[in-house]
Amino acid sequence: MALVTFLVMHATPGSPLDPVAEGANPLSPEAQKNLAAHYGLDRPLYEQFWIFLTKAVRGDFGNSFVYKTRTVSEIIVQTFPISLLLGSMALGLAIVGGLTLGILAAIYQNRGWDYISVSLATVGVAVPNFVLAVFLIILFSFIVPLFPTGGWESPRNWVLPTIALALAPMGIIARFTRASMLEVIRADYTLTARAKGLGELPVIFKHTLRNAFIPVVTLLGPMFAAVGTGSFFVESIFRVPGMGRFFVISMTGRDYPMIMAVVLTYGVFLAVMNLVVDLLYGVLDPRIRY
Amino acid sequence: MSRAAIAVAVPVEERRPRSSSLWRDGVRRLRRNKLAVAGGIVIALLCLVAIFADFLAPLPYTKSNFGRLNESPSRDFPLGTDQLGRDLLSRMIYGARVSMLVGLGAQVIVVLIGVPIGALSGYIGGRTDMFLTRFIDVMYAFPRLLFVILLMSMLGAGLMNIFIAIGLTGWVGIARQTRAQVLAIKEKEFIDGARALGAGFSRLLIRHILPNALTPIVVTITFGIPEAIFTEAALSFIGVGINPPTPSWGQMVGEGQQYIRSYWHLCVFPSIAIAVTMLSFTFFGDGVRDALDPKLK
Repeated sequence: MALVTFLVMHATPGSPLDPVAEGANPLSPEAQKNLAAHYGLDRPLYEQFWIFLTKAVRGDFGNSFVYKTRTVSEIIVQTFPISLLLGSMALGLAIVGGLTLGILAAIYQNRGWDYISVSLATVGVAVPNFVLAVFLIILFSFIVPLFPTGGWESPRNWVLPTIALALAPMGIIARFTRASMLEVIRADYTLTARAKGLGELPVIFKHTLRNAFIPVVTLLGPMFAAVGTGSFFVESIFRVPGMGRFFVISMTGRDYPMIMAVVLTYGVFLAVMNLVVDLLYGVLDPRIRY
Repeated sequence: MSRAAIAVAVPVEERRPRSSSLWRDGVRRLRRNKLAVAGGIVIALLCLVAIFADFLAPLPYTKSNFGRLNESPSRDFPLGTDQLGRDLLSRMIYGARVSMLVGLGAQVIVVLIGVPIGALSGYIGGRTDMFLTRFIDVMYAFPRLLFVILLMSMLGAGLMNIFIAIGLTGWVGIARQTRAQVLAIKEKEFIDGARALGAGFSRLLIRHILPNALTPIVVTITFGIPEAIFTEAALSFIGVGINPPTPSWGQMVGEGQQYIRSYWHLCVFPSIAIAVTMLSFTFFGDGVRDALDPKLK
C-alpha cells in the first residue's frame, strides 16, 4: 500500500517545487535544483522510496513541504490524537445509537419506533456527512444556538462534529441490527426461552442480542474506514485541527511526506483494527475457531 | 412479508432469454411502492433540469455581478448570489447537470469494467478466478474514497477524470456480484442443456448466463449511481473534483461553508439539493431492489 501511494503521488503532474504550485514563488532553476537536493527529490524514484521506507520504520517522515519548520511526525503526533478522539467518540455514538435504534426497530416492527429508526438510518446512510454537517450547523448553531459552529477548544465544540461523523455508520449499524434481530427473534431458541417463561427483557438481552451482534461486528472493519475518510470533510467544515483536515490541505499543496505519512497512518490503523475485529468474532461466537 | 413471498415464487432460473414477465412484474411492484415512485419522479425532474439547463437557467453560470455580491434570496436572484455575484439558482441548475452526468457516466465505465471481469472470473474459474478474486479483495480493502482522492490528485480535476477515477475504483462491487451470480447459474441444468446442444463459450456466457444474472446487476447499478454522485460531491467539496467555474453542488457547499456564519444561503441550497438527490436515489434503489429481487434484502 505504501508503494502504491508513493508511486501514485509521484506520477502526479506538478511538483512541490513547481512555481505554479499554490503559494509558491517563481524560483530560478538553480534555486529549484538546490531545494530538490535538500529534500532528496533529485534522486531516482526507487532510491527515494527506499530512503523513505527506512526512515518511516523509525517514525521519521521528514519535513513537511508546506509547513517547513515542522517535521511530519510532529504534525502527525499533534493531530492524530485529535482525529482519534473525534473518531472514537463518533464510532462509540454510532455503535450505541445504532444498536439501540436497531433493537427498538426490531422489537416494535412496523410500529412507530421502527419507522423513526428506519428513516433516521436511511437519512444517515444516504446523505453525505458534509451536507449533514451544514444542516447541523444551521439547526444547532443558528436556529437554536446551542453549540459553536467550529473549533476544538472545549467539549461543547465536540458535539456537532461527532454527530455529523456518527450518523452514517449509525444508520448502517441500525439497519443491520434490525435485520439480524428480526431473524434471531424468530429463531427456535428464542421461542424456547419464551416458552420457559422468561420475561421480555431477559429474552432480548441474554438470548437474542448476543447472536444478533455477530453480523454487526463484521461491519466494524469498514466502519473504521468510513469514519476515517469521513473525518476529512467533517474536520474541514468544523475547523477541527485533526489529521483529516491536514490531509486535505497537504493534498492541494502536494506535500508528499505529509500525504504519505497520513495514508500510512490510516493504513496501519485500519489493518490493526481489522485484526482486532477478526479476533472479536471469536470472543463473541465460540463457534468460530482459529 | 406477503409481497416478498409472491416475489420468491418468480422462477428466476426458468429459461427465458427475454424474461418480460419478470420485468413487468417488477415494474408493477415498483409502482406500488410510494417512496420509490416519489424518488423516481424527483430523479426524472432532475434529469429534465440537467438536459434543459440552458433554457431553464435565468443567467449564465459564469455571469458575475460585482455590484451584488453575497446577496440573500430576492426577486432578482431567487436563491441569492455567491461570493462573485453569480446567480445561485442558475449555478444550481447547471450543478444538476454535473451530478447526473457523473452518476450515469461513471456507472457506464463501472459496468464495462466490472461485468466482464466478474463474469470471466466466475465462468473460467481456476487460477484466473483466484487471481482476479485476490485482486478484487485487495481493491476492496483499500478505503475507496482515499483511493479516489489519490487518483484525482494524480489525474487533475475535471469531469472526464472523475469518470475515470470512479470507474477504476467502483467496478469491484459489481464484479463480485456478477461473479457470484455466474458461479451459481453455470451449475444449472439449462446451461448443461445449452452446452450439449453445442453452444460455445461466448454464446453460453452472453446469451444464457448473463441475462439470468441481470437482476442483481441492475440493483447494484441503481445503488452505484448515488454513490458516484456522492463521490463527485465529496471530491469537489475538497477541491479536487470539478474544475471551476463549472458549478457542482459539492463544490458550492465546499466554498459556501467557509462563509456559513454570514451568508448561510450559499451552502444551504446546494446542501438541500444533494440531500434530496441522494435520498431520491436511495428510495428508488430500495424500490427497485425490492421489486426485482426480494431475496437480496
